[in-house]
Amino acid sequence: MSAHFSSRPDPISLDEVRKVASLSRLALNDAQLQTAQHDLAAVLDYMTRLQSLDLKNVQLLTSIAGENARLNADTPGPTLTNDQLLAMAPDTMPPFIKVPKVMGEGSA
Amino acid sequence: MSHSSRADALTAHIPAAHGMAAAVNARQASAVETTRAALDRLASRESAIDAFLDTFPDAALRHAAIIDQRIADGESLPLAGVPVAIKDNLVIGPDLHTPGDAFGYGGRTTCGSRILENYHSPFTATSVQRLIDAGAIIIGKTNMDEFAMGSSCEHSAFKITRNPHEPAHVPGGSSGGSAAAVGSNIVPLALGSDTGGSIRQPASYCGIYGLKPTYGRVSRSGLVAYASSLDQVGPMASDLSDLAIATQVICATDPLDSTSSSRAAEWHLDGAGASSLVDAMASPITGLAIGVPAQARSASNHPDVTRVLNDTIASLQRIGATVVDIDLPMTDYGIAAYYIVAAAEASSNLARFDGIRYGRRASLEPGQGLVDLYCRSRSEGFGKEVQRRIMLGTYVLSSGYYDAYYNTALKARRLIKQDFDTCFAGTSSHPACHAVLMPAAPGPAFKIGEKSSDPLALYLEDVYTVGVNLAGLPGLTIPAGWTSALPRLPIGMQLIGRGFDELTLLRIAAMVRNSQTT
Repeated sequence: MSAHFSSRPDPISLDEVRKVASLSRLALNDAQLQTAQHDLAAVLDYMTRLQSLDLKNVQLLTSIAGENARLNADTPGPTLTNDQLLAMAPDTMPPFIKVPKVMGEGSA
Repeated sequence: MSHSSRADALTAHIPAAHGMAAAVNARQASAVETTRAALDRLASRESAIDAFLDTFPDAALRHAAIIDQRIADGESLPLAGVPVAIKDNLVIGPDLHTPGDAFGYGGRTTCGSRILENYHSPFTATSVQRLIDAGAIIIGKTNMDEFAMGSSCEHSAFKITRNPHEPAHVPGGSSGGSAAAVGSNIVPLALGSDTGGSIRQPASYCGIYGLKPTYGRVSRSGLVAYASSLDQVGPMASDLSDLAIATQVICATDPLDSTSSSRAAEWHLDGAGASSLVDAMASPITGLAIGVPAQARSASNHPDVTRVLNDTIASLQRIGATVVDIDLPMTDYGIAAYYIVAAAEASSNLARFDGIRYGRRASLEPGQGLVDLYCRSRSEGFGKEVQRRIMLGTYVLSSGYYDAYYNTALKARRLIKQDFDTCFAGTSSHPACHAVLMPAAPGPAFKIGEKSSDPLALYLEDVYTVGVNLAGLPGLTIPAGWTSALPRLPIGMQLIGRGFDELTLLRIAAMVRNSQTT
């Protein structure tokens, strides 16, 4: 992938959209991939306006909370119970959450 | 029914929340009566606007009876018996209670998404619990753009909410259900959330007040995260005093949210010689200086928005304010920076919805495994706009593009904050400003369907609101005027203040309101 987004005639290729969908854990068919390419290209093209800014000596603004952010004491506090967590999960085998096979031929 | 009489029927006035609470506290009215009246309004108005995803008539009446008993026992509560609506990205769990009493609200928290269609939270959002502790009664959960991603309430998986002033138009978004519930006067007060304008823009479209507090003022515990460095919970109300009371109720330091500030409940009321935010708000500001950026008069504004901006400037000048021309040059870069930062954070936050721990789980074909489960559950559960933003966020955070997009946006974010800092500090060409005035949106509420096919066009609607979230500042939408042609639609203006200085915004809003009523 190129390291800069300047002067690229095609802001995002279909292969890149396919890769991004896979990284996003989204299953898109060919028509959906093409729509996504069209929409993402328009948005990414709009974002190229940021390259006209002189940002050489500008620091990243990583946190807006800044000095107001607090750390809690490193002591155990109340947490949700196993039962409460299981009640939220769509498929369980108490006291576990059920998942398909991770390795080899899996099934639901 | 003619247009005007239909709209009037949908927005017919009700007593303000502070009046209801005073009557309930004085035992001149009961919480059961105020709740029943809200449920009656819900029954007659909801079908025309579709503001709610769930309603709690039984729990609300049980709760109201308990409030009445507490008042009879000698308690006094700032929101005693006030019916409220809650945006459906704030969780309400079975633990919602006051000591010794359980109301049984419970219910779902869907975020307007199929992926959370049947999600029940085990706990309650801090901001909701604080409203309950103040005596408020929850009427229901309100519709929203899915995961708060949208500016029209058309991106809910469940229904399209309509503008109470003209049902063919959108109520704005993403807190469109809360705005419509207040704009239709079903309830006098609601909670919304604002990541890039999601309280202020729908408040403008529905003709009500809406406050996006300073980042860190209101706990985000129990707010389903969209973009954590931008999200903030805030109140929406028809009446400015009600907004001030609700603001003071919900703002508090919360150990459950590490970004909730130690200054969350700090108001500096002494300067105004008052003991509450609503009292302090009544004290006018002398030597008021309001900055109006050149960018607020964009040629792409609807002409009525520019006219209402000029009318508001004239009102401020009549009450003695100095209105100064300022420059916020980074306004033109706000949308680009915002949609990079917000999408990046969304792609991370929404990774938790995987079909395993909560929410919808897809059915698998024989031979499919864990990754198929993630992909199918997310593809079936998330709507188009959410999928678009997840992919955008994944792209800008991906190897090779991280610097070019994400880090560039974070640098632009610093310049956006510096623009506002400069205006509040003053320059050689203008004095320090108490607040910045600009429209809340470039136009009035648009027609349902008008912009839903072009994502970028919808993003550009946020031009006046996203900078406030990127800079972490408070922003207050005030109802300021109407469109000149039919249908008559409200237009709001936005006041932006220094961090942790919501009081100044409320005082200015009170000065503007008082100048209009005298």
